[in-house]
Amino acid sequence: MDVLRIEDLTVTYASSRGSVAALQALTTRVADGEFVSILGPSGCGKSTLLKVVSGLLKPTSGQVQLFGTNVEGPRPDVGMVFQQPTLLPWKNVLENVLLPVRTLGLDIEAGRATALGLLKLVGLLSFAEHYPNELSGGMQQRVAIARGLIHDPKLLLMDEPFAALDAMTREHMQIELQRIWLAARKSVLFITHSIPEAVLLSDRVVVLAARPGRLIEDIRVELPRPRTIASMTDPRFAELTTHLRELVSTLVTFD
Amino acid sequence: MKALLKWMALHVVLLSVMIGLWALAIQVFQVPTWILPKPSRVLAALSSGLLGGAYWPHIAFTVSAVVGGFAIGCSLAVVTAIAFVELPWLDRALNPYVVALQSMPKVALAPLIIVWFGFGLASKVVMVSLICFFPMFINTVVGLRATNPSLIDLMRVYSASRWRILSRIKLPSAAGHIFAGLQIAVMLSLIGAIVAEFVSSSRGLGYLINSAAVTMSTDTMFAGLFCLVVLGLIGSRLIRYLHHRVVFWEGRVDRTISE
Repeated sequence: MDVLRIEDLTVTYASSRGSVAALQALTTRVADGEFVSILGPSGCGKSTLLKVVSGLLKPTSGQVQLFGTNVEGPRPDVGMVFQQPTLLPWKNVLENVLLPVRTLGLDIEAGRATALGLLKLVGLLSFAEHYPNELSGGMQQRVAIARGLIHDPKLLLMDEPFAALDAMTREHMQIELQRIWLAARKSVLFITHSIPEAVLLSDRVVVLAARPGRLIEDIRVELPRPRTIASMTDPRFAELTTHLRELVSTLVTFD
Repeated sequence: MKALLKWMALHVVLLSVMIGLWALAIQVFQVPTWILPKPSRVLAALSSGLLGGAYWPHIAFTVSAVVGGFAIGCSLAVVTAIAFVELPWLDRALNPYVVALQSMPKVALAPLIIVWFGFGLASKVVMVSLICFFPMFINTVVGLRATNPSLIDLMRVYSASRWRILSRIKLPSAAGHIFAGLQIAVMLSLIGAIVAEFVSSSRGLGYLINSAAVTMSTDTMFAGLFCLVVLGLIGSRLIRYLHHRVVFWEGRVDRTISE
C-alpha cells in the first residue's frame, strides 16, 4: 500500500493581489520504504506541500491520504525535520529527542530506550547529556533527525534539512542520511534545491514548477544502493543530473 | 584568584585617590559644605546612620516599596503580555490604550497616586508597579512573539495543546527577553520609589535626601545617595545572576564542539 497518496491537490492563498495558487492539481505518491525527493525552484509550493501532508494546512481541494486514511489534521504517523534543527536550547540532546514522546503522551521509558538507540544510529550517543549550543550544525541536525524518528513514524518529511550546512558537512550528511534510512527503512519525502543531492539520495525525483506549483516530471533513479560518493561518477548519475539541470533551468525565472 | 586580588587592589587604590583628591579639593579651593561635604563628614553620617541605626527604617521602607512594586508590576506585566499574545482580539481592542499609557511618563502620575493611595507605603508600591509594568510588558510580548515558528509548527505536528506550546515552548523561548525586561525594571523600580518619596513621604531614602535639602545637610544627602548606589548594585547584580542561572543557554556559543 502506498504510504502517501496525493490526488489532484490544490492549495490557493488569498493575497492582496488576488488568489495565488501555491499548488495546482498535484497528483503523486510515495510507496512503502521509498525515498522521494521534491525538486523545484523557489515558489513551487514545496513547503506548502509539506504543511498539507503533515496536517498543518488544509488543502483548498483534492485529497491527501496517509496509509489509506485522509489527512484531517496533525497525526503521529509523520515525523518532521526542518532546515534549521530547531532544538530546544534549554534541554539536553536526549530530552530533545524525547520531545515528541512527551508531547504525544507515549511511554517515556520505552521512548528513552528508543532515543538512545537512535542517538547511537546517528552517531551521537556520547553526546546525550550535552546541550544543543555545544554541538555543531551538522550534529544538531542529526539530533533533529533522531527526533523525527523517535515515535516510529512511517513517513519522514524533510524540508531541505541540509541547506543550512556548509558544503562539506552537507555531503557527509547525505551519506549519513542514506545509512540511517537503510537501517530504519522509513518512507521519506525530501525537499531539496540541490539536484545532485536529490539524485544521490532518492528512488524517485519529482520536479515541480512554480507559479502555480505543479508537477512537471516524475523520474525514477535507477542507481544501485548503497550509493556512495563514488556513485557520483556513474554515467547514469551524470545523465540524470544533466537532464534535471536542463529541465529546472527552463523553470527558474527571475522576475 | 590573583586576578581578583589585583582588581580589588586596583580599585582600593583608585577609590582612595579619588577620596583623597575630593578632600584636597575642598581644602585647597575652600569649597563650602553646602556644595561639597568633606568625605570625613559623609563617612560620619554613614556610620551614625548605618551603625547607629538611624537609616535602617528608611532603607527598609524604600526596599519594601521596590521589592513589592517590582514583584506586582512584573507579574502583572507577564500575565497581561501572555493574554495579549494568546488572544489577538484583546490586543486589537486594547492596543491603542496601551500605547497611550506607555507614552506618558509614569513619574508624572506620582502626585495623583499619592492623592489616591495616601502618604504611606501603598502609594510607593503602586508607583513602582506602574513604572515596571510597561518595559516588562513590551519585552515579554516581543519575547513570546519571537518564538521560532518552526518550533511551534513542530509542536502542532505532534498535536500539542495551546497551553503546552505556551508553557513549554513560548515562555522558555521568551526567557531571555523577560530577564532583560527584569533588569530594566529593577533600575526603574528604584527611580519610581524615590520619585514617589520625593513627592510626599515621611520615610525612605528619598525622604531622607529630600528633607536633608531643607537644612542643606549635604553630608546626609551624599550618605543617602551612597546607600542608593549600593541598593541599585545589589538589585541589578541579583537579577543578572538569576538571568545567567535561569537562561543558562544564552551566551555559550564559544564552547562548540566540532565533529
